[in-house]
Amino acid sequence: MEHYISLILKAIFVENMALAFFLGMCTFLAISKKIEAALGLGIAVVVVLTITVPVNNLLYNGILREGALDWAGLSNVDLSFLGLITYIGIIAAIVQIMEMVLDKYIPALYSALGVFLPLITVNCAILGASLFMVERDYNFGESVVYGFGAGVGWALAIVALAGIREKLKYSDVPEGLRGLGITFITVGLMSLGFMSFSGISL
Amino acid sequence: MADASAKQVLFEPIFSNNPIALQILGICSALAVTTSMNVTLVMCAAVIAVTAFSNLAVSLVRTQIPGSIRIIVQMTIIASLVIVVDQVLKAYAYEISKQLSVFVGLIITNCIVMGRAEGFAMKNGPYLSFLDGIGNGLGYSVLLIFVAFFRELLGAGSLFGVSLMPVVNEGGWYVPNGLLLLPPSAFFIIGLAIWGLRTWKPEQIEEPDYKMSRHTTKEAF
Repeated sequence: MEHYISLILKAIFVENMALAFFLGMCTFLAISKKIEAALGLGIAVVVVLTITVPVNNLLYNGILREGALDWAGLSNVDLSFLGLITYIGIIAAIVQIMEMVLDKYIPALYSALGVFLPLITVNCAILGASLFMVERDYNFGESVVYGFGAGVGWALAIVALAGIREKLKYSDVPEGLRGLGITFITVGLMSLGFMSFSGISL
Repeated sequence: MADASAKQVLFEPIFSNNPIALQILGICSALAVTTSMNVTLVMCAAVIAVTAFSNLAVSLVRTQIPGSIRIIVQMTIIASLVIVVDQVLKAYAYEISKQLSVFVGLIITNCIVMGRAEGFAMKNGPYLSFLDGIGNGLGYSVLLIFVAFFRELLGAGSLFGVSLMPVVNEGGWYVPNGLLLLPPSAFFIIGLAIWGLRTWKPEQIEEPDYKMSRHTTKEAF
């Protein structure tokens, strides 16, 4: 249990997807002008990550990994080079299925998430989490916890940035820095803040 | 005319329409791989290759793809190209591919590749699309190399792993600035680079959401 708690805290704070690994930056910068939008996107990312990381984990351990096809008599087949295309396919498919399920059963949530759901397919944080999961060799339980933690960390960062930017638009920024430039510097400062979490030993 | 437009397509993205500084594309991987020049150059080469060839491939099949499934077709093309690049790197530059870790795979979701395939290659012929891919790849590379130059020079006192300013730990005089090897510095450098670029080319400055109104009353001193 302790192991899982430390894993989730690490995924949220120390190894924050957005601020320590720069993943999902494009959407992070593009959709952080309003808190509500940022919150909607953040929730969508948490949900998608919590589902895709474990599914990709099962696929990797069950089919792609070297020796995983033992039961079929193909003991020395290594399909791990197909990893990238499989993960992205799974992510696209799950996002599509989620869209349809939400549309049918929870229309309120569906309309709240709106355009953000399809955008998530090309969010590097989603694919990145799956790749980290493979690289660090998580088992199924760990991958559920890691997916959830990584999503929460990303959501936290984007909501915080949106909060700052809502105030920032009233301030008098030098001409050349306006918009994207000042946002980068703000994110840099936030990232400095998050660095201090890395001193915590879990 | 054809020559002029080809040149435009190739060179415009480098400064005038830089994918990172103006189009907000492909920032994700831009920051994590810039701690040393070697790694950055390999990453740039990989991105240029993938962008150029995916643009070419998408442009070749653009009239055959039904609109409703175009995204998944583009994804498949891009993912296949990235797998090729990944395998080549693993075979010929294993050390660097270890350092790049997941970021080679993340070229798939690099918005530059997808954005150019969708925004340019779907509407233009193969030749121009190929050039557009190279141009945008170069625009990405210029900014990345700029960032990596400062991070490696000031953070470790070296370039391409060759020590230029001997560091204190090894008996030299330069006290390295450790912050530049940490993630936040990349944000600052890109922020400042955008500032510089926009001062040079003022037409890229964004309109403010709110304008300060001027003082209309005399100050009561």
